[in-house]
Amino acid sequence: MRVVIIGAGQVGESIAADLQHDHDVVVVENRDERADELTYALDVLTVSGDGTELSTLEDAGAADADMVLATTDDDETNIVACSTAKALSGSAFTIARIKNTKYLRTWERDEGAFGIDFMVCTNLLTAESIVRVVGLPAARDADVFANGRVQMAEFEVSEGSPIADQTVQEADRFDSLTFAAILRNGDVEIPSGDTCIKTGDRVVVIGSPRSVQQFARTLAPEVSPEKSAEVVVIGGSEIGYHVCRLLEERGLSPRLVEQDPDRARKLAEDLPETLVMESDATDMGFLEREHIGDADILVSTLDSDEKNLLECLLAERLGVERTVAVIDRTSYVDLFETVGVDVGLSPREVVAEEITRFTQSGSAENIAFIETDKAEVLEIELDDSSPLVGRTIRDAVGDLPEGVVIGAITRNKEFIVPRGDTELHPGDHVVVFVDAAVLDEAMETL
Amino acid sequence: MGRWPDRSSKGRSRIRVRWRASLGLLGSILKWLAVPLAFPLLLAVLYQEPVLPFAVTMAITLALGEGLERLPEDEEIRGREAYLLVALAWLAVAVIGAIPFLLAGNGVLAQPVDALFESMSGVTTTGATVLDDFSVHGRAILMWRQVLQWLGGLGILVLAISVLSQLSVGGAQLMETETQTQDVTKLSPRITETARMMWGLYGGITALCAVSLYALSVVGVAPNMDAYNAIAHAMTAVATAGFSPSPDSVGAFAPVAQWLVVPFMFVGATNFVLIYYFVRGDWGRPLRNEEFRYYVGIVAGTTVLMTLLLVTDPGVTFPAEATVRHAVFQVVSILTTTGFATVDFNTWSPAARHLLFALMFLGGMAGSTTCSIKLLRWVIVAKSLRRDLFTAVHPEAIRPVRLGDRVVDEETIRDVYAYTLLSLLIFFALTVFIVVDGTRSGVTVSEFEAMAAAASTFLNIGPAFGFAGPYGSYGPFSNATKSAMILLMWVGRIEIIPVLVVATPAYWRS
Repeated sequence: MRVVIIGAGQVGESIAADLQHDHDVVVVENRDERADELTYALDVLTVSGDGTELSTLEDAGAADADMVLATTDDDETNIVACSTAKALSGSAFTIARIKNTKYLRTWERDEGAFGIDFMVCTNLLTAESIVRVVGLPAARDADVFANGRVQMAEFEVSEGSPIADQTVQEADRFDSLTFAAILRNGDVEIPSGDTCIKTGDRVVVIGSPRSVQQFARTLAPEVSPEKSAEVVVIGGSEIGYHVCRLLEERGLSPRLVEQDPDRARKLAEDLPETLVMESDATDMGFLEREHIGDADILVSTLDSDEKNLLECLLAERLGVERTVAVIDRTSYVDLFETVGVDVGLSPREVVAEEITRFTQSGSAENIAFIETDKAEVLEIELDDSSPLVGRTIRDAVGDLPEGVVIGAITRNKEFIVPRGDTELHPGDHVVVFVDAAVLDEAMETL
Repeated sequence: MGRWPDRSSKGRSRIRVRWRASLGLLGSILKWLAVPLAFPLLLAVLYQEPVLPFAVTMAITLALGEGLERLPEDEEIRGREAYLLVALAWLAVAVIGAIPFLLAGNGVLAQPVDALFESMSGVTTTGATVLDDFSVHGRAILMWRQVLQWLGGLGILVLAISVLSQLSVGGAQLMETETQTQDVTKLSPRITETARMMWGLYGGITALCAVSLYALSVVGVAPNMDAYNAIAHAMTAVATAGFSPSPDSVGAFAPVAQWLVVPFMFVGATNFVLIYYFVRGDWGRPLRNEEFRYYVGIVAGTTVLMTLLLVTDPGVTFPAEATVRHAVFQVVSILTTTGFATVDFNTWSPAARHLLFALMFLGGMAGSTTCSIKLLRWVIVAKSLRRDLFTAVHPEAIRPVRLGDRVVDEETIRDVYAYTLLSLLIFFALTVFIVVDGTRSGVTVSEFEAMAAAASTFLNIGPAFGFAGPYGSYGPFSNATKSAMILLMWVGRIEIIPVLVVATPAYWRS
């Protein structure tokens, strides 16, 4: 597949790096030096020039491209670039990275508006991920499939956790929940009934949202994620704004701390249920006066990774139950989580996940990444020609390489618990966990 | 070099207001005043009363209007000119409105100060009267009082905008100057069209009120509510104004007629934009409006309170229905700044009278025919006070004041505080003036009566207590007091600011 990526910023580079092995990637970049840099760093072709200019896109071969990704930092540039690419080749699938949700709203009204086939809103996606994590106590990562009927979540088993030192069979007290994997010391392990869960493990579960919620509650009974949760959001960036907005939609009244007076005022006007405070969030006097330490969850969405780290560490010190940090540099995520941040989320990773959905070959509809690249959770709709159709799960799993777990099935919009003798039908949506090591092999079968 | 030293070398300060433009438009407005004068003129012919007062006034207003129209070279109205025009228009209509009273020359209205008081009280929809003996006045003259109130009800400038094509550009500015409370909500892209819709609605509600009142006499339940009375009361009920051709106000009519007037006073003090959407079929619109919910709540709450006060008052012995009726009627009448009465509430207990006095300061909704401080301002004051209490505990918190789903900006809040404070200051000043002048001129007036009379005139309600009560008259006050009241009825009706602005020296200079 020929892919043209416009903009060699962090996101563009990261996507180019993901795609370089399997696809022909052309990167358009208007800074010559940056373009040169990329030529050496990655196995891609770079074209220097303005991605909104017809001649540049022609040089990049956008006319024959299967997919055009506009990933610059500027919304308008991305929109114009996609429109231009569409004018050049009507058949190319165009994806634009957008920050401002107003364009997303327009696009949602008429999908295909601006000549864009898919719009990825960085800030909104990141906020949605944060809210999912906030909604599940102790969860490190969470994603939904099959229109919200199936949920995947990753939990860390802390010391004293009720499931620590239990076997999977003992821990699995919920009928519509599947233990898909255990991540131990960075390795992916597919558990069987008598696998023992240890402190420090991370478990990946797939199931109905209710059962995942219940599971989360048994893991952390002291934190009630429901309406009473006290959430503090630090930093009134777009991400911070959307986190508060989404929490408001779920009936919560978060507190939001923003330093800039004008921005704080604007946020206070736009968020009726949120208590906006104008202060430097590292001011200990302020944090103590407002009893930030009593909060259940603190989400730090400041503009620099270091500030977010500092904020989360301060919050932990004051007694906040869980801290969530937005981390721009994907490479910092692990480090920050080791130091003490409970959950680190990288907007770039979130965007890359979303965009990679469309570059996946085959019929994958939805995808989530476990620990950036250790494993993936995919949603697949079975068609008549699928080799899995008509077989029981026990047989189907036998065909698949080791490292693949069928986590959940939805049939006619109903959740079905996958058992060994469940037969797969055409039209079923299957949510599978796939170890990255066997991904290519598995994708061929699926 | 040296162009502008030349200019200043003229050596006299220039007036920066294009007052000629304001006066020119005032001329056009005065010419149109001849149209409503035709109504009492026709009645005078019908009842075989003197037609001269109205015919002469028509001639005066036409001539004066024609003369003023010739003044300006440039007709455009901007911010400054709007203030002047608003202030002058209300004053001029009141002055011309007094001419028929003087020319008819019956009773107290032969006195210039009394005639102007009556006329100003009419145009400003106050409803305070100096008449003691109603019987000496012709029916046409009494109807002219009602017509004046109806004209003033929705605002003279709104009316002017709907008929004067030259106001299509400056009109929005004028409407905003006339009603200080809120930005103009344009119901249609054209301001002239918006003003016409408002007046259409106003006229329609008035007609509905008149027809329903008249229907009561047709079916025989309120025999004395003839066509004349139905029209007269409809005009001043919807205008929340309060003049009545009958000395006993609405109390002269059957209970069912009294009940019927209540909803029309209530509607008159409801925001006309809400009524517009309601009439257009958006029935839930008023209930979604926060100010309206407060309005309904306050009316209901104070009615219950008033009923309780009347029930527990041993001096008041009404039957059950009458107790509720008098409580509802008086509460709605005073709160909407109408000033009708069904009973002489002078005889009620001090608690009941003080409740009515307190209601004078509320007023109905902004954007209606009501006067006084208006609920919108009180809601904003209350909410921002509550916000201030919250931020005292959480100094970093930012809490915008919300009204429904809209945010009230801080500048507006400051304006509202200033307006409310200014209203109360003027009220106190007028109270002191009435008391001091009463001592000087030998008019016995208690402090409470002085306060009530001050509030009732400045806030454009009408009746007060004591001799200025609902069945009484402002006649006994000295001419000095009445003049002060005339001034402040005018100032209060156009929401203080235009008059004060025009009175500042800075307004006239650059």
